[in-house]
Amino acid sequence: MTGRRADHVAIASRVADRARVLDVGCGDGELLAVLQEMRGADARGLEISAAGAQACLEKGFSVIQGDADVDLEVFPDNGFDAAVLSKSLQDMRRPAHVLGELARIAPEILISFRNYGHWRRRLTLFATGRMPAPRTGAWHDAEALHPSTAKDLVGLAAELGLSVRAMAPVGETGVGAFREAGLRRLNWGAADAILHLARD
Amino acid sequence: MADALKTSLSDLRKIALPAPLALEGGAVLEGVEVAYETSGALNADKSNAVLVCHALTGDQFAAAPNPVTGRPAWWPRLVGPGKPIDTDKYYVIASNVLGGCMGTTGPASDGPGGTPWGVRFPVITIGDMVRAQRALIEALGIESLFSVIGGSMGGMQALDWAVQAGGQVFSAVPIAAAARHSAQNIAFYEVGRRAIMSDPDWAEGAYLEKGLRPERGLAVARMAAHITYVSESALKRKFDRGLQDREAASFSFDADFQVESYLRHQGESFVDRFDANTYLYVTRAMDYFDLSARHGGRLADAFAGVETRFCLFSFSSDWHYPPSATREITRALAAAGARVSQIDVETDKGHDAFFLEEPGFEASLRGFLEATAEARAL
Repeated sequence: MTGRRADHVAIASRVADRARVLDVGCGDGELLAVLQEMRGADARGLEISAAGAQACLEKGFSVIQGDADVDLEVFPDNGFDAAVLSKSLQDMRRPAHVLGELARIAPEILISFRNYGHWRRRLTLFATGRMPAPRTGAWHDAEALHPSTAKDLVGLAAELGLSVRAMAPVGETGVGAFREAGLRRLNWGAADAILHLARD
Repeated sequence: MADALKTSLSDLRKIALPAPLALEGGAVLEGVEVAYETSGALNADKSNAVLVCHALTGDQFAAAPNPVTGRPAWWPRLVGPGKPIDTDKYYVIASNVLGGCMGTTGPASDGPGGTPWGVRFPVITIGDMVRAQRALIEALGIESLFSVIGGSMGGMQALDWAVQAGGQVFSAVPIAAAARHSAQNIAFYEVGRRAIMSDPDWAEGAYLEKGLRPERGLAVARMAAHITYVSESALKRKFDRGLQDREAASFSFDADFQVESYLRHQGESFVDRFDANTYLYVTRAMDYFDLSARHGGRLADAFAGVETRFCLFSFSSDWHYPPSATREITRALAAAGARVSQIDVETDKGHDAFFLEEPGFEASLRGFLEATAEARAL
């Protein structure tokens, strides 16, 4: 398959073969397909949009149309081996609640996100006095709720009893290597990042 | 009129079940006949059979007009050549439920002594309806179904199929359904039953041999139930407080308001085609429906080990079986580790949306069935 997104491949590389994986905010099922093809994973999704959920059904994936902020309660404790939040945690109204739910649902969590600790964004705020832009649109858009840094998210994870198993930077040139340490450097140097979290 | 109806009913396609049917309530029914219709062709390895289950007032004529009532097919949007339930691809079976009045054995059929059963007919359950369908499928020489699909009470049957005979059901599509009747559901149907039984023409259930029909009671029952099938916003959109064929209120109890006229029409057109005792029995079956009851009250246990692939649909403005009722089923299926999808269709058309034009619903159902057919190599 061509055109796989580098961050999707990186996430799939952290998932065990034939794992049961829940992709929260799975869109049209692009990552679900990568997980299935690369890992033979039993990959399922939660998706808020009707169009996305319909696309997942058409691809043969099990998908529940719902809102991660309130509907994760549908899934049982330890129902999955891993849960994935690809570029969506910062868009949730209740990110702490969502991450806590994921920790209940799966022992391992992979999150990818926009790192507002990146030096260029720090510089933007410092030099212009304006918040660096969210992924799409403006700072006041409904989707851009919780700009946060890699350090912020690691701190939240720790409060929820989750520790960092590995982390990788995601830039324009692709995904860097996963490392067990180096949060300071990641927080400074990564435009986007992936955290592989596990229960303590 | 009752005689004319009976003549035509006897011409419907039906099968006599080879064995007596043991019912959940303890009774054993002998000589059960099941009326059914099929469309499409069964493939060589008999793997493309789809059972379509009808709702409370439906029948086996999902895809073709009903020759007895003259009414059009009730699911033409979904069942037919090239439709989501594609009769070019699937062998589609639809049967009239046990206790029904469109050819399958029910309270209007002749019972012991040659007179109609009436209220001597044993109380039946959704599970019993499914047992009758299972016997039909077996009699047709089909070992497993590609899919069981149904809306409302038909969705309850799809769920019960998966619980009773999960190994024989590759996929199940319960639409606008619930795993049990709520107190509110029971309350509304009790109003309907009391309306029927309070009609003097009901004659303690023996109206058929007396040449009577409790039309007033049945019409009121239908009117009360119909309110729960449409949403408040749809009633407002269609009628609001509009007056029917008049400029001003008449200060009488005529049907001044359009919504009254509409409801009266719903009631009146229903009594010509439906048996009052069937209405009692089938609504009772729905009231008794509680999938979790047989499993210590834990719905997830009802689905333990089920291999069936589920796709559930709910409609945002459905207050008869609301999306939260569907969500409860989804949660239980997820807890049981089942392959489950759920789509919440945004619409103001209420419970009856599954009969109506809902492009998102139709496209999603098509997507699910096509992908599932691929998994079954169809």
